[in-house]
Amino acid sequence: MGTDPAVVPGKQWEVAAVPQPRREKLTGWGRTAPSVAQVVRPRTREQIAEAVAGAGPRGVVARGLGRSYGDPAQNAGGLVLDLTGMNRILGVDLDQGTVEVEPGVSLQQLMQAMLPFGYFVPVTPGTRYVTVGGAIGCDIHGKSHHADGSFAQHVLELDLLLADGSVRTLTPETEPELFWATAGGMGLTGVIVRAKLRMMRVETSRIQVETQRVANLDDAMERMTLTDADYRFSVASLDNLATGPSLGRGWVESGNFATLDQLPEKLRGNPLAFSPKPLAAMPDVFPSGLLNRRTIRLMNEANFRRAPKDARPHLATIGGFFHPLDAIHDWNRVYGAAGFLQYQFVVPFAAASTLRRIVERVAVQGAPSFVTVLKRFGPASPGYLSFPADGWTLTYDFPTGTPGLAGLLRWMDAQVLEAGGRLYLAKDSRLDAGDLAAMYPRLEAFRKVRAEADPHGVFVSDQSRRLGL
Amino acid sequence: MKDSLGSVQSLLVLGGGSDIALATARRLAQDKTKRIILAGRPSERMEAGADLLRGLGAEVRVVEFDALEFAGHDDTLAPLFAEGDIDVVLLAFGVLGDQAADERDPMAAAKVAQTNYVGAVTSSLVVAEALKKQGHGALVVLSSVAAERGRKDNFIYGSSKAGLDTFAQGLGDALQGTGVHVMVVRPGFVESKMTAGRPKSPMSTTPEAVAEGIVDGLRRDADLIWVPAQLRYVFSGLRHLPRPAFRKVVEKQA
Ligand SMILES: Cc1cc2nc3c(=O)[nH]c(=O)nc-3n(C[C@H](O)[C@H](O)[C@H](O)COP(=O)(O)OP(=O)(O)OC[C@H]3O[C@@H](n4cnc5c(N)ncnc54)[C@H](O)[C@@H]3O)c2cc1C
Repeated sequence: MGTDPAVVPGKQWEVAAVPQPRREKLTGWGRTAPSVAQVVRPRTREQIAEAVAGAGPRGVVARGLGRSYGDPAQNAGGLVLDLTGMNRILGVDLDQGTVEVEPGVSLQQLMQAMLPFGYFVPVTPGTRYVTVGGAIGCDIHGKSHHADGSFAQHVLELDLLLADGSVRTLTPETEPELFWATAGGMGLTGVIVRAKLRMMRVETSRIQVETQRVANLDDAMERMTLTDADYRFSVASLDNLATGPSLGRGWVESGNFATLDQLPEKLRGNPLAFSPKPLAAMPDVFPSGLLNRRTIRLMNEANFRRAPKDARPHLATIGGFFHPLDAIHDWNRVYGAAGFLQYQFVVPFAAASTLRRIVERVAVQGAPSFVTVLKRFGPASPGYLSFPADGWTLTYDFPTGTPGLAGLLRWMDAQVLEAGGRLYLAKDSRLDAGDLAAMYPRLEAFRKVRAEADPHGVFVSDQSRRLGL
Repeated sequence: MKDSLGSVQSLLVLGGGSDIALATARRLAQDKTKRIILAGRPSERMEAGADLLRGLGAEVRVVEFDALEFAGHDDTLAPLFAEGDIDVVLLAFGVLGDQAADERDPMAAAKVAQTNYVGAVTSSLVVAEALKKQGHGALVVLSSVAAERGRKDNFIYGSSKAGLDTFAQGLGDALQGTGVHVMVVRPGFVESKMTAGRPKSPMSTTPEAVAEGIVDGLRRDADLIWVPAQLRYVFSGLRHLPRPAFRKVVEKQA
């Protein structure tokens, strides 16, 4: 009961009982390193305040849809606030193109609510199943980073519930420090209980896409560099096992939201249609090791052949272009019980040789990656721990059982570090604390702001303990 | 926290002078384990082991701990967890005794049983409680192949390990769902200070091999491992052998 009723304006103060916590084993999306916590699913900010006040010595952390790959949304032996129950859209301003939401609103929900009015989410990652709270907590990026920046750069205002139960309204103008420590702050400054976002105007819900096969990494990089300015969205998928002259072969997809007159006649009647299909669920029956060098080589080959040799424009749906993996629920189960990890790094454009060295070593070592994605980032966001920064970003998806993986990744860490690059905390599940500090020069500044906002260290996660954040 | 590749950051060893324990700690320190607490009776061996680990870049603390001081286990061990999470606790203390002499000296036999079994029960329970509060972590318990069947030349030691082995299995089951994992390790004959001068058995192993087995078992969240691994199959045969036949096998081996 650490809350002052005065901080909840316009609302009659009442003591809402905090729902009973349940003991649960949690992992991130990669299904590795489980830990057990008490999980509470609050519905109001009063309940959150009460839960935070009652957090024991192991502290508390917020959790959205658990789509981070590693351990930032788990808290062994402590309390985890599952915010998916706070999923109301609080207000919409169609003239300004802004929307106010509770933190558990998912991007899918936002798309469903706002597309009919011609608004799309400002930034979308490779899945719609992330919450606004999680999107701000990780300051996520999408295929449009070079054009639109990161998610938090479209947040106009947010309400942060602090360790003492008070709620502070933050804007980048009025409280830049706490705002930018919270954006990308991995839930460690407090709980975001409301956010006001600027949405993106679209004429249609289709994307005009060009897909082009590229013979190797140099090809991919050249094409992306040349066409970045023409496309809001762009990304390359690589066959990570190809070596020699085909090293880094794959295809580049570039696109823009289609305008009304780009739609064929039959789609013009309902240009903003968005009907995410109900999901087919993946059964939990896969043996660890199903995705191995051999099966992934076959898939890579098939995908590469399917990509057209010349850029051919076609129309894609939002789901098909941005979230192909969402077509199957719980697809992470394909990796079996041993799970997988995602490794995403960024290196400055000047360090293209480091990028090439990494792609080569992974290919030669033959570490299979289910998805290997290359992107160009635009300028960094002001977030203290935000990941994106000018440069190339590459993402691998490795099954954890891959032989020699630990050594390979450590070598990659060293390469990234030397090139002045860094790893993404939303994907991290194994980095060394020392390396992290070297990768994020503003870590100390983050710690200072965090210590002021949460002097007793109430907000903690498995990741923050692991990395000494 | 154990990371996604099963590497551990912190280790507490009960019985810090043990060869197997130090071999395991060295193996882990070469990976990512940078915080190590060695608990045991003060000895040069443990200090030397600590220095070696420091040389590998670990931050090592040595703590006084006596398996036979049952009443003090809570006070000694529980506070160690307050200084930071402990990912793995390795229970490695134990004495072999001298079977022939101990048969004639019941009090000496009692000491073997008390160290290997009673001391392990009290310290494991303290540690299990702390790990449970933490919501994650592993307790690795060093049992022995001698726990599988009693034999005339080591049944005092063997029965104490059998008690411990059964205790640890049950504790592991009791901890299901708490995030805490118990792993029982059954090494064969280990060439170490404990067994120096004794005749080697056919499936003998080394502290380094046991360490390797432990690290691998931790990665896989195994409940039970044998070192060498083939012992599992040997014992699945021996387990149900009628007593007279078992005696004969043992005779032949000796
Ligand atoms: C298939 C797939 C594709 C992806 N593609 C991309 C991509 O292209 N770009 C990208 O950037 N990321 C990508 N991600 C990662 C994902 O976007 C982020 O991990 C995102 O933060 C997940 O949101 P969530 O709601 O699941 O948050 P969770 O994983 O539950 O939590 C993430 C972090 O946010 C914090 N948090 C959550 N809610 C709040 C709150 N209300 N207040 C304060 N802190 C909070 C948590 O404490 C935690 O630290 C992808 C993930 C998947 C599974």
